[in-house]
Amino acid sequence: MTETAESNMGLSDNSTKNIFNPTDGAFLKVWNSMLESIAPLLLALIAGGLLLLVLGRNPVTFYGNIIKSGLLNKHGLQDTIIRMAPLLLMAAGLIVAFQASIWNIGGDGQFLLAAALTAGFGPMFMPVLPMWACFVTLFLIGMVAGALSTIVPAILKAKYEINEIISSLMMSFIGINFANLLIKGPFRSTKTLVPQTDVVPFTKLLPSIPLTRIHIGIFIALIFILVVYYVMKNTSLGLKLALLGQNPRAALHAGLNNQRLIIGAFMVSGAFMGLAGTVEILGVWGYMRADWNPNFGLPLFALVFLARLNALATIPLVGFYAVLSIGGHSAARVADLPDDFILIIVGLVLLFMALTEYIQEYRAGKSGKLLNFFRSLKGIKTNE
Amino acid sequence: MSDFLTASFLSALIFGGILTGMPLLFASIGETISQRSGVLGMGIEGIMLAGAYFGFAITLYSGHFWLGLVSSIGAGMLMALIVVLFCVRLGMDQIVVGIGVLIFGEGVTSVLQRAQFGTTYPRLEELASVKIPGLSSIPVLGSSVFTQPWIVYIGFALVGVLYWILNFTNVGLNIRAAGEKPEALDASGTSVIFTRGMAVLVAGGLAGLGGGYMSIVGAGIFVPFMTKGIGFIAIVIAMLARGKAVWVITGSFLFGISVSLTTSLQLVGVEIAQDLVNMIPFIAVLAALIIFARGNYLPAALCLPYNREAR
Repeated sequence: MTETAESNMGLSDNSTKNIFNPTDGAFLKVWNSMLESIAPLLLALIAGGLLLLVLGRNPVTFYGNIIKSGLLNKHGLQDTIIRMAPLLLMAAGLIVAFQASIWNIGGDGQFLLAAALTAGFGPMFMPVLPMWACFVTLFLIGMVAGALSTIVPAILKAKYEINEIISSLMMSFIGINFANLLIKGPFRSTKTLVPQTDVVPFTKLLPSIPLTRIHIGIFIALIFILVVYYVMKNTSLGLKLALLGQNPRAALHAGLNNQRLIIGAFMVSGAFMGLAGTVEILGVWGYMRADWNPNFGLPLFALVFLARLNALATIPLVGFYAVLSIGGHSAARVADLPDDFILIIVGLVLLFMALTEYIQEYRAGKSGKLLNFFRSLKGIKTNE
Repeated sequence: MSDFLTASFLSALIFGGILTGMPLLFASIGETISQRSGVLGMGIEGIMLAGAYFGFAITLYSGHFWLGLVSSIGAGMLMALIVVLFCVRLGMDQIVVGIGVLIFGEGVTSVLQRAQFGTTYPRLEELASVKIPGLSSIPVLGSSVFTQPWIVYIGFALVGVLYWILNFTNVGLNIRAAGEKPEALDASGTSVIFTRGMAVLVAGGLAGLGGGYMSIVGAGIFVPFMTKGIGFIAIVIAMLARGKAVWVITGSFLFGISVSLTTSLQLVGVEIAQDLVNMIPFIAVLAALIIFARGNYLPAALCLPYNREAR
């Protein structure tokens, strides 16, 4: 474990120190792990480009437009950074769960439930509470909502060893519908025809960095990413979760309270998802419309896997994805294609990632880290 | 409220239940076969969408809905081929590849739909219903169950045949062995890879057919993301049914009826929030998981790739 963990993107101390000294192989290691992450991305972009050609669109123009309007354009760049905030928080949530080999697939439901509660309670609290108290309360509400919506799958997994893939997915659908019920019911604004919540005035949203529209959510996200990175890498809690994830039986023999760890990790994961929802509402929208669902959850799987569960490595990857989704929006409009083109890229990334991992294992005669991680999940059957 | 149990209400309820339950039935049968052979078809939603789009497009251009349904099956199998290659042959993680197939399927159908039809949503002609002589004059059931397009009857027959194969033939035994104890199947001289591969292909074909049924027979149009989580419901039904035909059919149509309950209730003037009704099947599934899933219900080798050399 330790050997592969150090090579992650060259972000740990050991490998950065020796990065320009090829003799001890550190440079090669960093290069290899960069390649592991970048090769699937490139292959997916190439395959996506071929599809564009088949559809009679010019892939160079398409990808050029993505870069231009997602990265080089002043507004686009700001949007990209703004988009990164919820994505990073959700990535942190996924990492906490995956570290313990918990498949929290219900991220979207947790996100939307927290978003709906934030958008519903926000306009009620704003006039009565001072601004900072209001933000803190809403953040707490979002985190608690996210955490609570993982509690059923968490207890089912911890106590009865019922697989969480299905239960968290079911909770996700329930959460999405429940969020809509809230918005069409108790939180519905009387001022609009379309079902939506009341609007938080623009001046009362999360403060922005001066001269930009970028709200401070990105800093909250970066702080949590650093915290997750530190906890996973340098604390006994991180090691406990990893042990639980790699070998639950060994964890039990080592005297760990597996049930408490599972429930805890699951709820923390949900809390991050919920926080992402609150940040997105308080930072960008100020209200929530019924049936709004940005579907951030599933694409993040690809990014977190590509980052090999390394929280720091998710930052550039989430940045890349944010450029892709912000720039992709206008590039798709120019090319007269739906935004969903990005989904093709994400799906292909997952497939090519599995493939490169396989090839690497085949060539090296040993398992890559990701494959080890997958193997550690064993079958999905837990009730022997 | 008084006309709750009238013939027209019940008839509409059952008719709607079949309309929604049928694609789910196809998908969950396929998923059952796949799961019994040891492969969790996580990407079934994407496969259904592929079937729905290609079936719809072929039907629209050729004018023959049979051709459309066949190409739905073909499209489903083509998507399943990815799973066969990556998960069965190369032994990669089924959940990662499954999510990949799911997202790819969602994206590719949405993009193709826009590229082909722009923002218009052309509509297919409604399929002619076949009245089964005699049976169709039974009150309630006659106008719902026995007045349906041919494909519904064929679907029921197909379900029966597949269950016979899975439970009473050597092929079925091989499939179940591949899921429970692949080493034993290998030792008996049958290829695990081949058995699982065929099972996944058939499952893909059925999921594609389910999607095709949705777009061609059910809705008459193709809308991106039109499957709305049906594929996931199929995964759960297959898990809870433990390979029992009766439960697959019951689960599928219970879901169908719970979905059609909203529209039927609206017909008799009862307004109930759509979102609340949408939640019911998922709550039911969760409850079923809590009540039933504590026993031994999944094939032993589900999600475990088989590698001869690792034995």
